[in-house]
Amino acid sequence: MNAAEPSARRVKRLLGRSAWTAGAWLAGLVFFFPVLWMALTAFKQESDAYTTTPQLVFSPTLDQFRAVFASGIGPYLANSALATVLSTLLVLALGVPAAYALSIRSVRKWRDALFFFISTKMLPVVAAIVPIYLAVRDIGALDDIGTLIVLYTAMNLPIAVWMLRSFFLEVPGEVLEAARVDGATQRQEITQVLLPMVAPGIAATALICVIFSWNEFFLALNLTSVRAATMPVFLIGFMTSEGLYWARLAAAATLACLPVLLAGWIAQKQLVRGLSMGAVK
Amino acid sequence: MATLAPSSPVPLTPGGQSVRLPRREAWRRRLPLSPALLLVIIATQIPFVFTVLFSFQSWNLVRPHSRHWVGLSNYRDVFTDSAFRDALFTEIEMTVLAVAVSMALGVGLAVLLDREFPGRAVVRTLLIAPFLIMPTVAGLLWRTTMLDPVYGIVNFLLHLVGVAPVDFVSRFPMASIVTVLVWQWTPFMTLIVLAGLQSQSGDVLEAAQIDGAGPWTTFRAITVPHLRPYIELGVLLGAIYLINTFDVIFMMTQGGPGTATTNLPYYLYQRAFLGFDVGQASALGVVTVAGTIAVASIALRMLFTVFSTTEGRA
Repeated sequence: MNAAEPSARRVKRLLGRSAWTAGAWLAGLVFFFPVLWMALTAFKQESDAYTTTPQLVFSPTLDQFRAVFASGIGPYLANSALATVLSTLLVLALGVPAAYALSIRSVRKWRDALFFFISTKMLPVVAAIVPIYLAVRDIGALDDIGTLIVLYTAMNLPIAVWMLRSFFLEVPGEVLEAARVDGATQRQEITQVLLPMVAPGIAATALICVIFSWNEFFLALNLTSVRAATMPVFLIGFMTSEGLYWARLAAAATLACLPVLLAGWIAQKQLVRGLSMGAVK
Repeated sequence: MATLAPSSPVPLTPGGQSVRLPRREAWRRRLPLSPALLLVIIATQIPFVFTVLFSFQSWNLVRPHSRHWVGLSNYRDVFTDSAFRDALFTEIEMTVLAVAVSMALGVGLAVLLDREFPGRAVVRTLLIAPFLIMPTVAGLLWRTTMLDPVYGIVNFLLHLVGVAPVDFVSRFPMASIVTVLVWQWTPFMTLIVLAGLQSQSGDVLEAAQIDGAGPWTTFRAITVPHLRPYIELGVLLGAIYLINTFDVIFMMTQGGPGTATTNLPYYLYQRAFLGFDVGQASALGVVTVAGTIAVASIALRMLFTVFSTTEGRA
């Protein structure tokens, strides 16, 4: 700070900065409040959850979480985890070679392919749900977690290909050229040179896929019922049976949100890039 | 879910011209791409082909043997169906409101976050939380703890300033849904606009300052034009996701009261899975896709031209 600066101006600047800080914090807290409130409610007794004056002070309890687990959330959590993890691994297994073929040693019509991938993301899944439902029914794969895994893979592949490609393009061409000159096969070039260099990008891509599959509701609602049902489907049933127990509902909701909230917070630096299909860095 | 790709894509920057390759090398290059391409085609294109076929049939799952070809009559029904028109208007109203409000808020928040202040990283982290919340939970959360007429926080706050309690979800269903969508999508818009703000060249801003431009003039003359592509991209991507809004409606209003919040996806869902009318639902699907293509093709063009992700390597 300049010592010669008149103190009145200094005070004004300081005030301005404090107002800015306060405004930004207030905005952040307003947006975060419903999430915070959900988490707080999950630790309340029902009597503390149902009050006309919201209770900020209460004695926390784990009763609601116990009740949620006792009501059989386990298989739903397991299904969500299975669908999310396996579809994400599949996306990477198919997406890395595809992105390679669209960036580093690109096929002749890479633009058409890229354009095709992303166009599939932009059209509503509702328009395809009837044939998908009938096909899945006819092959006897309704209420099968494998169905969700395959569909989530197809749903996330386009985003992953775009995102991975944008990371691949950042790898200096000379590095890969050098590997080729040294006699590396294509496989070696990918696994030993390219992948280690773009590891953060792969992690970010995986996290984006995790977010989308974990939160997916429409396909799960229409294609599963009991055996393969995931967390959003559990929540609907839970709302119907326990809708009047807000604290318990909040505990279930908190469990449903936690994995993605953590994944998103970890990946927040790459979130924009993923959501804009790699267009915004 | 049809492909939008015309035989030759949008004009692109020169530079990335493709080279003719020997046949064998061309196939070797295609190999890594084919599994991904195949899966996406099977899962998204083929079902849509069937949607188109079904749309020319009269077919109700409750009466499986009544299936027959009916030509364009499903489309005639769709366009003369007042419920479809209602759903279309609801769709437009919901999407436009949600996108516009969340973008307006997003620009404001991005400007706030663009400056250094104590705890900026924490505020940013808090702010993106709503976007990460499962949409089903978002609907549930707002319907109960936030907007409930008796025990909801919003009514508690209104009570503090002397307003009588309001049953928001039944009296203002559209506003309630849009509120939740805006709550979820403002962080997305903020992140995109913030990325734009932070990509501004410091030199240019400094030069403007030296030339005597005040903060407001600088913002209007330099920042706003610079942000434009980011805002456009945010609006288009937001619109593409929000056109498909289903989860929040399902959890909060089930399309009601009446049909007040029945948008196209929800209407189609009702026709297909509650009415079992495959033919009608398929015709609806085709019409929805045709509408989405208009928005989507603009978005695709943006992704290809505005941002520099298109340079391939030979």
